[in-house]
Amino acid sequence: MKHIKTLNTQTLQNTMKKGGCGECQTSCQSACKTSCTVGNQSCENNR
Amino acid sequence: MVHQYKNNGYHILLDVNSGSVHVVDELVYEMVPYYKEKELSEIIALLKDRYPKEEIREAAADLEELINAGKLYTEDIYENYIQEIVEAKKPVVKALCLHIAHDCNLACRYCFAEEGEYHGRRALMSYEVGKKALDFLIANSGSRKNLEVDFFGGEPLLNWQVVKDLVAYGREQEKLHQKNFRFTLTTNGVLLNDEVQEFVNREMSNVVLSIDGRKEVHDYMRPFRNGAGSYDRILPKFQKLADSRNQERYYVRGTFTRHNKDFSKDVLHLADLGFQQISVEPVVGTEEETYALRAEDLPEVFAEYDRLAAEMVRRYRTGKAFTFFHFMLDLTGGPCVAKRLSGCGSGTEYLAVTPWGDLYPCHQFVGDEKYRMGNVDEGITRPDIRDTFKNCNVYSKEKCRDCFAKFYCSGGCAANAHKFHGSIHETYDISCELERKRVECAIMIKAAEAEKDEVESDEEK
Repeated sequence: MKHIKTLNTQTLQNTMKKGGCGECQTSCQSACKTSCTVGNQSCENNR
Repeated sequence: MVHQYKNNGYHILLDVNSGSVHVVDELVYEMVPYYKEKELSEIIALLKDRYPKEEIREAAADLEELINAGKLYTEDIYENYIQEIVEAKKPVVKALCLHIAHDCNLACRYCFAEEGEYHGRRALMSYEVGKKALDFLIANSGSRKNLEVDFFGGEPLLNWQVVKDLVAYGREQEKLHQKNFRFTLTTNGVLLNDEVQEFVNREMSNVVLSIDGRKEVHDYMRPFRNGAGSYDRILPKFQKLADSRNQERYYVRGTFTRHNKDFSKDVLHLADLGFQQISVEPVVGTEEETYALRAEDLPEVFAEYDRLAAEMVRRYRTGKAFTFFHFMLDLTGGPCVAKRLSGCGSGTEYLAVTPWGDLYPCHQFVGDEKYRMGNVDEGITRPDIRDTFKNCNVYSKEKCRDCFAKFYCSGGCAANAHKFHGSIHETYDISCELERKRVECAIMIKAAEAEKDEVESDEEK
């Protein structure tokens, strides 16, 4: 596409199929402790 | 819902419900708000004086391609899905914040734990209580394999022997129960030494090192009890520890307040000191605190996030990149939508344990008796509290429904909402404003990185 560059390949809808295993890191165990920063976590199954 | 904005010269579209991020040219940026409502002929009529007709047709074809691929103007289809997941799930606990010491050797001005004491008395967790906590975690973890335990305080190094003993106990138990413990430590560094470093590097999957940035900023907010600053005491030890971990699996973690709204200087100070994993976060405080951020400070703080993001892009381009926790964004392998909707897990998957073994929804609720959920001997005795947290998500919060950042913060911090509004189903507005700004900056950085990577790959060809 000439006018648009999409940065991600996966969509959130697609993660409904296999998601929710719960093995990924709890956000407050990374660094925050005072905010909720879930969007920056990584999926355990994509490591 | 499509959120569109410009930052650092980039025109960006975030299709909220698919999570798709598109970097577009000015023509597409202009077309997006009305593209769905208008016929192509109307759009051409509107724009033909400024863009060639052929270009407009091409841009429309690009937009159609995204729509057909489910990457633009998508609907929110998750409300029932998350309800089904919540109802179907048997409650499991997978992470504990162990308050190993309700005591501290610093007297930080902004401490939510009131210098480690959490509205209570000073206390250290005994090995017996810690063991029961780990047993409780294993027993309640269901089929989850990865179990997380954060040694927190107060200052956990004030009770170091118990930390080591509990790690040893955990390592023994994980084999018996086919689990994998991931231990983390949060420390102010005062008691950090070679022995601690060696143990931490062997056993801890992450370590959080508290430092606020520039010496004067750090020393003002993080003094010893006698008023002296702690910067000079901790900095060399943190640098040594970070290097000994190969600059990985750690964060230097600071707090910015109303006193240092120019916090990008603190972040860059830490980067210039050689740290590559940096988190500097806004303080959470009510307006009567002089250090608390106020609504009127937001424009200044937004500008500071923009400055920081632009500088990070500059450093990325010159091979001096570092990670800033609040700008981290994984566009290729980020969390699934179930995770994004269930949030931090406080009160359900994630619990805090006091030195006496009482269970709370998270470290920030500790000391508020209304939220005591049980203890390590009897387990959860107040499932009603757990259920309240379980049913708290972006759909239970009115303010989240139309927010473009809802799948990045998952409705925000329950403890902050409770602190400001007395209900976990509310949101803390300042924090929401900051989160939205950070998501915008984080996406812009990704756009800039993709551009640089593309240029380099073209050059290689």
